[in-house]
Amino acid sequence: MPIADCHPLKPSRSIDLKAGEPINGYKGIPTGENRQLLSLRMAICQALYEEMKRDETIYVMGEEVAEYNGAYKVTKGLLDAFGPKRVIDSPITENGFTGLAVGAAMTGLRPVIEFMSWNFSLVAFDQIISNASKMCYMTGGMFPIPLVMRGPNGAGPRVSSQHSHAVEALYAHFPGLIVVSPSTPYDAKGLMKTALRQNNPVCFLENEMVYNLEQEIPTAEYLVPFGVADRKREGRDCTIVAVSRSVHWALEAAEQLAKEGIECEVIDPRTVKPLDIGAIVESVKKTHRCVVVEECYRTGGLGAEIAAQLMELAFDELDAPVGRVTTTENPMPYAANLEHETLPKPHRIIAAVKAACYR
Amino acid sequence: MTAAVQPDHWVRPDPVQVRDEIGRDRLLGMFRKMLLIREFEERAELAYKAKKIAGFLHLYIGQEAVATGFFDHLSPGRDATVTTYRCHAQGLLSGLNPDELMAELYGKATGNVKGKGGSMHFFSKEKSFLGGHGIVGGQVPVGIGAAFSAKYRGTGGVSVTFLGDGAVPQGTFHESLNMAGLWGLPAIVVIENNQYGMGTACHRAVAVADMAALKAPGYGVEAITFDGLDLFASWKAGQRAVAIARANKPVLVEAKTYRYRGHSVSDAGLYRSKDEVERYKALDPIERVQTSLLEAGWLTDDAATTEREAVVERVRAALDFAERSPEPDLSELTRHVYAE
Ligand SMILES: Cc1ncc(C[n+]2csc(CCOP(=O)(O)OP(=O)(O)O)c2C)c(N)n1
Ligand SMILES: [Mg+2]
Repeated sequence: MPIADCHPLKPSRSIDLKAGEPINGYKGIPTGENRQLLSLRMAICQALYEEMKRDETIYVMGEEVAEYNGAYKVTKGLLDAFGPKRVIDSPITENGFTGLAVGAAMTGLRPVIEFMSWNFSLVAFDQIISNASKMCYMTGGMFPIPLVMRGPNGAGPRVSSQHSHAVEALYAHFPGLIVVSPSTPYDAKGLMKTALRQNNPVCFLENEMVYNLEQEIPTAEYLVPFGVADRKREGRDCTIVAVSRSVHWALEAAEQLAKEGIECEVIDPRTVKPLDIGAIVESVKKTHRCVVVEECYRTGGLGAEIAAQLMELAFDELDAPVGRVTTTENPMPYAANLEHETLPKPHRIIAAVKAACYR
Repeated sequence: MTAAVQPDHWVRPDPVQVRDEIGRDRLLGMFRKMLLIREFEERAELAYKAKKIAGFLHLYIGQEAVATGFFDHLSPGRDATVTTYRCHAQGLLSGLNPDELMAELYGKATGNVKGKGGSMHFFSKEKSFLGGHGIVGGQVPVGIGAAFSAKYRGTGGVSVTFLGDGAVPQGTFHESLNMAGLWGLPAIVVIENNQYGMGTACHRAVAVADMAALKAPGYGVEAITFDGLDLFASWKAGQRAVAIARANKPVLVEAKTYRYRGHSVSDAGLYRSKDEVERYKALDPIERVQTSLLEAGWLTDDAATTEREAVVERVRAALDFAERSPEPDLSELTRHVYAE
């Protein structure tokens, strides 16, 4: 399993930058020979920029993506670089611009659409499921849909019920869709470039809470393939599987558990579909325990799927039931204390790992 | 304009005439409510900056005349209302207690929805206030549903659905108006055109200006347009709309208004000029009502000061209540996922 050559995250800001201030746009900050500092939001922007330079059929459309530079500034600078023909502010009309993208993809373009957040993709659910996910199959392969749908996913800070959905399991349910959910700038850039060079509809799930995460990455071009997991931490006692923001909760939990003598291995599948179950099995063969951490609900979530596959593929390797730390089965409440208990935060991960280790 | 446009869609009444029609007590009542809404939100904004309130906080400051003029013709409970995430005014105008609304902003157990909703989700069953909604366009069919229900149950009630200009492009808006027109529902749909949907100027998102006038004929509903910064125009527009709707005819209304604050508290506002904001601030709907009350001799400067002090006191009490209230019990986490 490849480990990206760019750990650790968050290098010290030795360069001339104000600490805490978000860095935006597609121009990385040079840090040395062939190295640059990027935030996760910039990594996506840079991938878009590079691929738009390469491929004129790519356009970007969504609410506030152009003049406002994106509600979360992920598309900052793209309007200036590519002009209003290719970077387009849409009305608030998700079902409309998603369907439009399907039509454009069927006629030679490679659309990138931004959902201001994936919560609003539910307005476009019909176009994503009934059209984008099935078009290739139901046309006997005549109409593949090269489409990237992207935006922040999962709970934002205290935005309550209607603004806190995590949709990875939901969209992974449907054949025909690819579901990507990066946790680091390195992965985000490489995965976005892959997404823009293949011919299937991709749900590219970002997370507001990690947009500011910074990392030193190569300036040279690289791609991160779909379906290949990355080990974000090595350990022998328990495997933790997580994507996106949950990776960082898992790493935090792992650090605390290490102080108590429990060494966790954190596996980040990076793409939920296709899922690199092989990498998870390989890790479980070493640790014999597994806890899945996710922002989805328990019923039909990623943990349910991974537990089932581990039972099929590694039944004899498991020394404990697969643990699941998910969002609790309620809409996101607003109150701070209730929100804290709803999310799969480190305190809950620690408890689940200890249970798996019978500690 | 096309031939299909009703020429009399503009409601532009003479303010003095309307003032006399409204009368002293009723106008003073609306003035107090607008003051309360303004004070409630200005204090909420400060509390947000002091990190007492989190998430999104969308302020109605500048738009108070729109909801105030319409609510004055409604009897909450019989008549239903529904709006967007910008819902503080509608909550207060429904007659909800400022204590429970402020406590909701603080995420406390004593909040309007037990601390589960926050700023975007005020509701009241008793007042048929069907809430503040977070998804742009999501509340519009819900409002039509309340009109359907009123007609079905024969209550004589109407529904008023508020939405922003930015929601007009959503499919739900068009689906809703067609149903309302098709089935003759007692539905009033009010577009609060504050000229921006987040950072997008209205003309960059909607293909036509005068949205009510141009779209209403296509759905077989009546159209009304008015200056939303003017309480007297709003009151007359509301009066006309409610009269039409009570006769089971739907109405599409456009209020031309303005929001003085950012989209939400965290908006830097780079998409519009300071000048523009100042121009609209000079038309402050509350100041204009106060001026009119003074002119009529229905209010003195001293009395105006007393009125303002009263709302300051009321909101201070609400803040105090919110501050002192407990957080929800953790047992609330999975309660109410299903009906009890
Ligand atoms: C379906 C959906 N898409 C996007 C958003 C994000 N969003 C929230 S408010 C808003 C602008 C709405 O503008 P408008 O309807 O004019 O209402 P205003 O905020 O001006 O009152 C947007 C894009 C959302 N909440 N729901
Ligand atoms: Mg607006």
